[in-house]
Amino acid sequence: MNLMDKYQIVIGLEVHAQLQTNSKLFCGDSIAFGAEPNTHVSPVTLAHPGTLPKTNKKAVEYAVRLGIACNCEIVRYNYFARKNYFYPDLPKGYQISQHTTPICKGGYVTIQSTEGEKQIILNRIHMEEDAGKSIHDADDFYTCIDLNRAGTPLVEIVTEPCIHSSEDAFQYITELRKLVQWLGVCDGNMEEGSLRCDANVSVRLKRETTLGTKVEVKNLNSIRNVKKAIDYEAERIIGLLEKGEPVIQQTRSFNADNDTTFSMRDKEDANDYRYFADPDLAPFNLTEEYIQNIKEALPALPAELKHTFTTELGLSEYDAANICEDKSSADYFHSVAAINKHYKAIANWMLGPIKQYLNEHQIGYADFTLLPKTFSSLVNLVQEGKVNFSVASQKLLPELMKHNQDPATLAESLNLLQVSNVNELEKWVDEVIANMPDKVAEYKKGKKGLIGLFVGEVKKVSKGQADPKMVTELLQKKLS
Amino acid sequence: MFSYTSIKEYHSFLGTNPDGCMQAVKHYIAAIEANKHLNAFLEVFADEALQRAAELDKQRTEGQTMGRLHGVVVSLKDVICYKGHKVTAASKILDNFESVYSATAVERLLAEGAIIIGRNNCDEFAMGSSSENSAFGTVKNARDTSRVPGGSSGGSAVAVQADLTMISLGSDTGGSVRQPADFCGIIGMKPSYGRISRYGLIAYASSFDQIGIFGKNLADVAIALEVMSGEDNFDSTASSKPVAHYEEHSHKLITGKKIAYFKQVLDHPGIDPEIKAATENYIQTLKDKGFIVEAINFDWLDYIVPTYYILTTAEATSNLSRFDGVRYGFRSTEGIDDLNEMYKQSRSKGFGKEVQRRILLGNFVLSSGYFDAYFTKAQQVRKLLSDNTATIFEQYDAIISPTVPAPAFKLGEKSDDSVAMYLADIYTVYANLVGLPSISVPLFTHSNGMPFGLQLMTNHYEEELMFALSNSFLAK
Repeated sequence: MNLMDKYQIVIGLEVHAQLQTNSKLFCGDSIAFGAEPNTHVSPVTLAHPGTLPKTNKKAVEYAVRLGIACNCEIVRYNYFARKNYFYPDLPKGYQISQHTTPICKGGYVTIQSTEGEKQIILNRIHMEEDAGKSIHDADDFYTCIDLNRAGTPLVEIVTEPCIHSSEDAFQYITELRKLVQWLGVCDGNMEEGSLRCDANVSVRLKRETTLGTKVEVKNLNSIRNVKKAIDYEAERIIGLLEKGEPVIQQTRSFNADNDTTFSMRDKEDANDYRYFADPDLAPFNLTEEYIQNIKEALPALPAELKHTFTTELGLSEYDAANICEDKSSADYFHSVAAINKHYKAIANWMLGPIKQYLNEHQIGYADFTLLPKTFSSLVNLVQEGKVNFSVASQKLLPELMKHNQDPATLAESLNLLQVSNVNELEKWVDEVIANMPDKVAEYKKGKKGLIGLFVGEVKKVSKGQADPKMVTELLQKKLS
Repeated sequence: MFSYTSIKEYHSFLGTNPDGCMQAVKHYIAAIEANKHLNAFLEVFADEALQRAAELDKQRTEGQTMGRLHGVVVSLKDVICYKGHKVTAASKILDNFESVYSATAVERLLAEGAIIIGRNNCDEFAMGSSSENSAFGTVKNARDTSRVPGGSSGGSAVAVQADLTMISLGSDTGGSVRQPADFCGIIGMKPSYGRISRYGLIAYASSFDQIGIFGKNLADVAIALEVMSGEDNFDSTASSKPVAHYEEHSHKLITGKKIAYFKQVLDHPGIDPEIKAATENYIQTLKDKGFIVEAINFDWLDYIVPTYYILTTAEATSNLSRFDGVRYGFRSTEGIDDLNEMYKQSRSKGFGKEVQRRILLGNFVLSSGYFDAYFTKAQQVRKLLSDNTATIFEQYDAIISPTVPAPAFKLGEKSDDSVAMYLADIYTVYANLVGLPSISVPLFTHSNGMPFGLQLMTNHYEEELMFALSNSFLAK
């Protein structure tokens, strides 16, 4: 019997997402990544005597926005608690966090798994402040502390232990990452630590209803590593179970160098955090009106847009899914589709030459300078047969990116317009017929397939300017 | 020779004395120097105060508008931050620490022309009732130097008592302004919780702390309150309620108000018989003046001190976690090779005994297994008291009591008995538990020569009534 048929893996994920606010959760310091160490540190961040926190309203709004998008219940009466522990990167000696009153309860995120659509059930989303960074490798002897990150607003998105494969975990984080970026609440950058994931993994026999002993794996800095760590842990725990050895409740760390995990601490070392409501922050109530306003301002979500694009604009599932891969791409499509009805052609352009251009320049739609109106004219040039698609994508597009002027005028000045003047075309057709007497003879004997070859030759001598449709007609007439 | 009675008279004196601020500052610097034995000041900002006095004199004589506290000499309890100046909370753990910003209250005083003359000694981190817990020596009562001035704002109280400043700021978490005012025979007032921003006040217990004011006359205290009160972007617990014209009310004479007192307060076994008698006589005086004064039941007197100490120590233990030797203040380095050892040594050597006692107590009541029995229970009591207070103020305008059950005690008398020391707060902690404004007014003298006062509380944000009643009580 296969071990995977004997056991069930149970996974719960905790994702920390840094909110893309201008300032920290409880003071005005910037949260920009990559600044010189300890430069975004006001007396509040440094926990100087007498300083007090003041809640960033934008962070609350972002948390609610995410909660609504994840179908959560938004909690009306909220307060922050203090989680007390000592560590050098925690300036106040406590972290301000929502312990007993998460701002969002329940909810789910829909993923596409191999077995079709699935809902990953959330337990909660709560707000808290980030700690600073302890840097262990900057100095041979000392640990260095950078407090720029201390106080950055975070939401922690916690799933129920309802995920049963590393593949579903992978899909969930991919989907969640896309969602936070889509909503503009987090940049989703896992390398810079804007999005961080801890995985709780346990294994039980298939018929078992109670959960097995869990391990928590930390430091998963890419979606692929989340999958690898879960695979490694599942195998390790099954190995222990098979040998009849005990599974110890532990916090483990993932080592990306060899795709394994190692123990950081056992459950017995757990802290007593002595949580209590932070008396420096008044509790806050969210009104129905406040939540409704956020709901109304919410952008259309990817699933919703994809549905519109396929049913109303006639895109294929594949094209729609790709266009909706990120919000800036969907927004761009949307703005072009608003002024141009060649939806399928727009999608082809975006998923073909434009995607290629963006990849080559390593930019996204946010930095793509071609105006939707100009792009629409470009699409029309091809649709109307004035410029051939490959010429338009290979020659006209790069020039447009440099000059950003009217595509038709530019095509004309670059001599890229297709020639549909019969006299002009006849010259090229006659030239090709004269140059290829053998092939012409074969054609006349009945090898009609050669017509493509002649058209290609005309394209060559005309440097792509000849309208292929008219050329075909002319050739057929002259060779009959 | 310079002498001071009130801001109002001082300002008219300045009208005829072009160097009036300078005269005042020189007078106080000399007085502080002559009274060093009282240990009321930890530091005097002499040069700076003289310079500011000169600037203010110049501005005034040039015809510039005078701020409401123009030239008023103020001293600060050493738990209030003043940019570029040391602030130590009378603790070794902050020895030589300099604040990089000013408390909102200080900013507002300065904006109205005040002169900050120095830092007042106090109990370490405002924890104490006698000002004997300072890392920088005991403060003495100027009326009788063998006695304590009360605490924790003892230095600020003595500074006003001994004419070392015009007004001073203290902080009141459980009576730390009213109790020393009572012991020193001056006015001490703490406003409603949230009336003055706490930004820049080193926290003892966040949901109890308020900056309070010491003065020799009511109008001075009212003016200072007006200047410092109001909304603050740096403190979300500061109230946005409009600030009233308190000074106007401090001159009013009123009568006919309904005043309650707690029967159990005067029947308490710990009350000094003279204080009990004086208070009872005064109740009759008030009735004669036309007030309606009635005894009401208060069944929770024995619970308020334990409740207060459970909740304040819980908050304090967390508030004081930032003093860890990592970023600023005292760090023990000798023989330290491990992070936990650094924390332990720095905090064990940096904090005094009373502070350590309260940190331990606070950790105990918050720890898992005891949390519900202590912290949750105490919160329930606090809620009960708040609800009951609302009921009382449906029927009464004010509550009176003695400020403290006994007059100023001898130095060292209660140092070894924490519980006896804590019980000195029995009449004052109530106002902090429920957030009421409260004032101690000096009305009586004990046969041992020491002064004592009457405490008055009004409903939340009814400081106007508190001032008007106080003025009516003080009027002969």
